[in-house]
Amino acid sequence: MYKIIDKQFLNPTVCKMVVCAPLMAKKAKPGQFVIVRAFEDSERIPLTISDYDTAKGTITIIFQLVGQGTMELSTLNINDTVCDFVGPLGKPSHLEGLKKVAVVGGGVGCAIAYPVAKKLKENGTQVHSIVGFRNKDLIILKDEFDAVSDKLVLMTDDGSAGEKGLVTAALEQLINSGEQYDEVIAIGPLVMMKFVCKTTEKYGIKTTVSMNPIMVDGTGMCGGCRLTVGGKTQFACVDGPDFDGHQVDFDEAISRSTMYRDFEIHKREAACNLLNKEAE
Amino acid sequence: MANMNPKKCPMPSQDPMVRNHNFKEVALGYTMDMAVEEAQRCLNCKTKPCISGCPVLIDIPAFIGEVAKGDIAKAYEILSQQTSLPAVCGRVCPQETQCEGKCVRAIKGESVAIGRLERFVADWHRENCAQKSQPVQPNGKKVAVIGAGPTGLTCAGELAKKGYKVTIYEALHTAGGVLVYGIPEFRLPKDIVKYEIDNLKAMGVEIETNMVIGKILTIDELFEMGYEAVYIGSGAGLPKFMGIPGESLKGVYSANEYLTRVNLMKAYKPDSKTPIRKSRNVAVVGGGNVAMDAARSAKRLGAENVYIVYRRGMQELPARAEEIEHAQEEGIIFKLLTNPVEVIGDENGEIKAIRCVEMMLGEPDDSGRRRPVVKPDSEFVIDIDTMIMSIGTSPNPLISSTTEGLETDKWGCIVTNGDDGLTTRNAVYAGGDAVTGAATVILAMGAGKQAAAAIDKMLGEK
Repeated sequence: MYKIIDKQFLNPTVCKMVVCAPLMAKKAKPGQFVIVRAFEDSERIPLTISDYDTAKGTITIIFQLVGQGTMELSTLNINDTVCDFVGPLGKPSHLEGLKKVAVVGGGVGCAIAYPVAKKLKENGTQVHSIVGFRNKDLIILKDEFDAVSDKLVLMTDDGSAGEKGLVTAALEQLINSGEQYDEVIAIGPLVMMKFVCKTTEKYGIKTTVSMNPIMVDGTGMCGGCRLTVGGKTQFACVDGPDFDGHQVDFDEAISRSTMYRDFEIHKREAACNLLNKEAE
Repeated sequence: MANMNPKKCPMPSQDPMVRNHNFKEVALGYTMDMAVEEAQRCLNCKTKPCISGCPVLIDIPAFIGEVAKGDIAKAYEILSQQTSLPAVCGRVCPQETQCEGKCVRAIKGESVAIGRLERFVADWHRENCAQKSQPVQPNGKKVAVIGAGPTGLTCAGELAKKGYKVTIYEALHTAGGVLVYGIPEFRLPKDIVKYEIDNLKAMGVEIETNMVIGKILTIDELFEMGYEAVYIGSGAGLPKFMGIPGESLKGVYSANEYLTRVNLMKAYKPDSKTPIRKSRNVAVVGGGNVAMDAARSAKRLGAENVYIVYRRGMQELPARAEEIEHAQEEGIIFKLLTNPVEVIGDENGEIKAIRCVEMMLGEPDDSGRRRPVVKPDSEFVIDIDTMIMSIGTSPNPLISSTTEGLETDKWGCIVTNGDDGLTTRNAVYAGGDAVTGAATVILAMGAGKQAAAAIDKMLGEK
């Protein structure tokens, strides 16, 4: 059992949890993930590690309430325990030896992009962060990004904060203004990562994406997380989750991500009803 | 005087057309009278060929002799000297190619039903003797076992019997390995697996779940923690696919994923939080036990037509005879000498059919089986909404890639010196599917047992 040390909602649908897992905290690196089950009968869900503290022995996860698994997890409070917490899984991100990097985060993906930006900064890399959200109410980790970025561009779809528009527009603008990036690291919704890759492909800039497909075990057994990368089958749990974005078949990944959409909508409604009943 | 009936006493089973709608156990087990009657078919012959067919060398005529006398407790004692999981082996071993395949009664008629008798004895003991195993006097030595599947559990049990302090590190949230994520409830009830594991715990074996060795701890760190030997039983790994177009369409599963969702995550229960596809027409590609398990699970989940698509013929099916028979009784359709060449999808990326070719058997290949070759102009299409690929696995890279000096072969299987399972690393042993590639529960158990003996010898000499 893994005790929850801290919990807060960063916006109405994004929750941050700090979980006590001392062994894992010693090993975790940016880019890796955990498999979580809130309760004995919960689904196994993969969540990327958002921060870790070796001294305190804690792992931080930030997740959006999208399905039953994340909703159940969000009902746990400080001093409660998470039933299962497995990791650190996947390969760490390669963040060494880079001079200047653009980190592009979209929505809750910023929770994963942040430790990457932080690590790059520690390594002495010049970091330009471009973070995008639908509107001002959904913004997370702005101050944190500010602290580790040499330049921070905030974008919203509706213009309610920062610049109005998509992260790809901001990225292209920076590139056109003469910024030379060794690499672009994009973490966010599949569609966003797809278009970031399309943008950087034109300029021949190496682009790394973090994939988060449907998984069951997360340890290299079920094969549910398979992706086509450079024409070959790869498994996000053991070969990734980071991949060369220009090689990833995003259309296939987007299609596969909807495999259980109906089931998820149904279960989410069931979970909402249950929560509402408890509230009454 | 032996019972000279040429046929085995039949196994009472659920009616096929009832059981193919539920996940309860198919075979119901012998009654005491049936067991005694069947046991009396054993001639107690001098040569005892059955024993040589058993990977863990159970004294088969001796335990059957006790059943014939009605002393089931004594029969259990004999069984448990050689196997730590008799209730499991009685259910899942391919007896027809092992002990029963060597039985002299099989020369004129059917062999003695050794598997059914083993199961009867284990079940009787579980139901009638509440008494658990006791820890033995500790010898002060610690051994780490990686993986709580058949090979790891067996190795741990053998070592615990000798007084070792054993910790099993398991990656999943439940111990049991393939016994819980792979083999379905209707073939091996999970309560039985749990009972056997609880028994190991009663002997003092500790099981730490949620521990992915190679990630949270390396093998070198296990030695730093004071373990004097490590046994790797990490099991089979990533599923293989055929490499044909369309395998990433929605509705194409690996058997590992399909069965893990159904068994480990209980997706067959209506209130399960883990989704599984509601299928009408399912093709399972492959002909092994895993393929039969996947096909029969799909049928039970409500599919109308479930096909086994296999590129060789009936004789070449690698599954246990009983599984093939049960699958046929339950209405699984066998499309033999058939091989898929393309998965066809609709505009939403959902699978809608597979294009297949007919095969013929040609000259024998390296495995000694006749090589299937494509029959010209034989293409045809089967409409399906779910496809389950059950064509094997390749070893998991997590441990070999993080352990310096641990050699693997060109397929990624861990290299050992043969019988005792010693790897290319000092005091590191390995066995089961991680070494052999996908094989059977009993072979994995045999490897665990031999490695335990080797570890005991090595640490005893220290």
